[in-house]
Amino acid sequence: MVAEFGLFALWIAFAASLLLAVVPMVGSYRDSSLLMTVDRPLARVLFIALSGSVIALAIAFLNDDFSVAYVANHSNSLLPWYYKITAVWGSHEGSVLFQLWILSIWIIAFSLFSKRVDTVLRARVLSVLGLVSLGFCAFILFTSSPFERLLPFAPGEGSDLNPLLQDFGMIIHPPLLYIGYVGFAISYGFAIAALLSNRLDREWARWARPWTAIAMGFLTLGIVIGSWWAYAELGWGGWWFWDPVENASLMPWLVGVALVHSLSVSEQRGAFLSWTLLLSISAFSLSLLGAFLVRSGVITSVHAFASDPERGMFILWILFIAVGGGLLLYALKLPKNLKAKPFGLTGREFFLLLNNVFLVVITVTVLIGTLWPLIADALNWGKISVGAQYFNAIAIPMFTLMSVLVPIGVYANWGGSSSELGSKLLVPIALSLLIALGAGALIDFSLSTILVWWLGCWLLVATLDQLRRATAGFNKTKLMSLRSGLWGMYLSHAGIGVAIIGVGMTTLHSAEVDVRMGEGDSHVVGSYEFTLREFAPLRGPNYQSESATIDVYYRERLVATLVPEKRRYVATGQIMTEAAVDDGLTRDLYVALGEPLDNGDWAVRLQVKSFMRWVWYGGAMIFLGGLLAGFDRRYRRKYE
Amino acid sequence: MNKFMRFLPFLVFGVLGAFLAYGIGKDPTKLPSAVIGSPLPEFRLLDVHDDTQFITESDLTGQYALLNFWGTWCPACHIEHPYLMELAAQGVVIYGVDYKDQLEPAREWLVRYGDPYRRVVFDVGGKLGFDMGVTGAPETYLISPDGVVLARYQGPVDQQVFETVFRPLMLTN
Repeated sequence: MVAEFGLFALWIAFAASLLLAVVPMVGSYRDSSLLMTVDRPLARVLFIALSGSVIALAIAFLNDDFSVAYVANHSNSLLPWYYKITAVWGSHEGSVLFQLWILSIWIIAFSLFSKRVDTVLRARVLSVLGLVSLGFCAFILFTSSPFERLLPFAPGEGSDLNPLLQDFGMIIHPPLLYIGYVGFAISYGFAIAALLSNRLDREWARWARPWTAIAMGFLTLGIVIGSWWAYAELGWGGWWFWDPVENASLMPWLVGVALVHSLSVSEQRGAFLSWTLLLSISAFSLSLLGAFLVRSGVITSVHAFASDPERGMFILWILFIAVGGGLLLYALKLPKNLKAKPFGLTGREFFLLLNNVFLVVITVTVLIGTLWPLIADALNWGKISVGAQYFNAIAIPMFTLMSVLVPIGVYANWGGSSSELGSKLLVPIALSLLIALGAGALIDFSLSTILVWWLGCWLLVATLDQLRRATAGFNKTKLMSLRSGLWGMYLSHAGIGVAIIGVGMTTLHSAEVDVRMGEGDSHVVGSYEFTLREFAPLRGPNYQSESATIDVYYRERLVATLVPEKRRYVATGQIMTEAAVDDGLTRDLYVALGEPLDNGDWAVRLQVKSFMRWVWYGGAMIFLGGLLAGFDRRYRRKYE
Repeated sequence: MNKFMRFLPFLVFGVLGAFLAYGIGKDPTKLPSAVIGSPLPEFRLLDVHDDTQFITESDLTGQYALLNFWGTWCPACHIEHPYLMELAAQGVVIYGVDYKDQLEPAREWLVRYGDPYRRVVFDVGGKLGFDMGVTGAPETYLISPDGVVLARYQGPVDQQVFETVFRPLMLTN
């Protein structure tokens, strides 16, 4: 029964989306305030219906209702209850439903918190969102319903959730990512509404800003946690693989970051407006492209859901309509004579322009690299896949240059002609260089180490200096009354600094060995000694495992005891490597069991990963920065 | 901004869209196998018959043998299976690779439809399949007595395939 209720609720959501797509839009052209404000009840109906639908699916999982195909394929009576709930978004059908539900949260949030926005513009944004919701509803109902039954022959037991997805990181990674992806629908809605209303100005940019910043923040956190999940769960200690699906999440993020910055120029100076519009459309388009890549099976990836041409075709149509329509509208209706204040080469605008150029170049690089296998195949150039070297060769120098410019852009004044720009830079450059040389001396004196530390510290020191300047030397009352938008910017920029140190150090100074170990064996990696105490079998709720207990000593002192496992999941017979990690501020100790060897020994991978945490800390800071920027009270005040 | 620049994003997307549309329904994993003429890749995987035992590449050598990738999830394997039974009855050595499959259903299958395989490698993660360039099941390779991959056939093997693709190599080598 509960599955049928879920399906019924989904149809109600379909109807509500249809009305939302049509009614406020019609109202905006007829100048009817009644029709334009009908979004509130519709958004509520949409949200409640989709919540009902998601809850229905969760109940089907909790009740082990294996007559529902989706439940039978992705759950098992032995699965712990929390994984039964997360299985709701663990595979294709449920995850689209979940994504749609998150869209409904954005819609209801926008409908409630957009009182300041011009009525006509607001109605049109909401109609565009209704249209997006309608597309997803139709996609689920016509190609991917999670409520389909396996009747009359329901299996007695389910085939279990993919063990890779039975992990805390996996519980929270997709929802966060979806919040980000779907959030760009609002930016897209703003862009389309601006084109339809011929209204593109500083006020428009101000209305769009907070939504974009929050979406960007969540996307950052989603990507970082996904990376952490890959690190903890895939078992070989890597954290970024340039996998097509990772790339699919990176592209909207890059464009989203560009958009956050170009929106600030548009709001403050009325410049870059048509560019901002194009980025708004692109961010959402790339989110949709990501959905297409993951769900159509045109590109191979560890993340891809089963390949299904019918679903691929459906998303491609959504993509054609949303992106093609948006860009066509852009070509035909872009307002002419956009007036911007002029700026010089020392103006903040110029540095933000460079930021945008770099980000877009990286995006295009990633896009081409990701689609290259497809393009090469279509043009009969043979089967090619693009490796990490290609991405690194372009992305690393670009990110480096961009990071160098970040603080300079913040020091620069709008418009330019800031004569003291050079003198402002002097102290932070010198100070960060000093710290970098110190760090280099402690580590290995290599140029690359010093460069990494300089770059990271340059961002940290300069950002701290900027905070000092903005608060007249950390004056307490000034600190308290500083806009949260500025806090957001400082925190994000400092986060980049932290992440750079993490990425650089873990790349340059991690040590790893693959060794054969029996009970009592010891190996030294870096300055750590790993001693295998014993092997023991363990039992989990739905798996059995072999475990090893490994003591790690640093200068003869026990610093950690790690218990890596090799799990074997009962229902599927799948073998999973469960790595054990001891995390620390300056290093992670990472141990994973490889294969069992003949005489009871195991192949073991031992790693010491320098400053690994800093990558995640940096990402978390960017996330918080995005939230702070989005909740700046300035956006809630009336525009003067 | 002139007219062309305004339409540029739309045109770029048009080109991109064409590639995406092209990609639909094509199997991105279809790659030519590079293993022909080289020795079997190294592996160490469980035995489906007895999952306390491991099978390695050296266990498959000693005579001409077929290496057949199959799975209970694969409809074409149903079609192929009776002919493999026939080949086994004729004395052809066949090793199976249970590819991206589950242990219990695989055993059930072998009990229900018969077991033509001398040994069956349990390649649950598709690692061996990946190393061999397998794109889907069924796929069959001919292995020489010293463990060199001689030939490959994608799709169900039948008498005609066996006589034209595999048999000639088993005589001349």
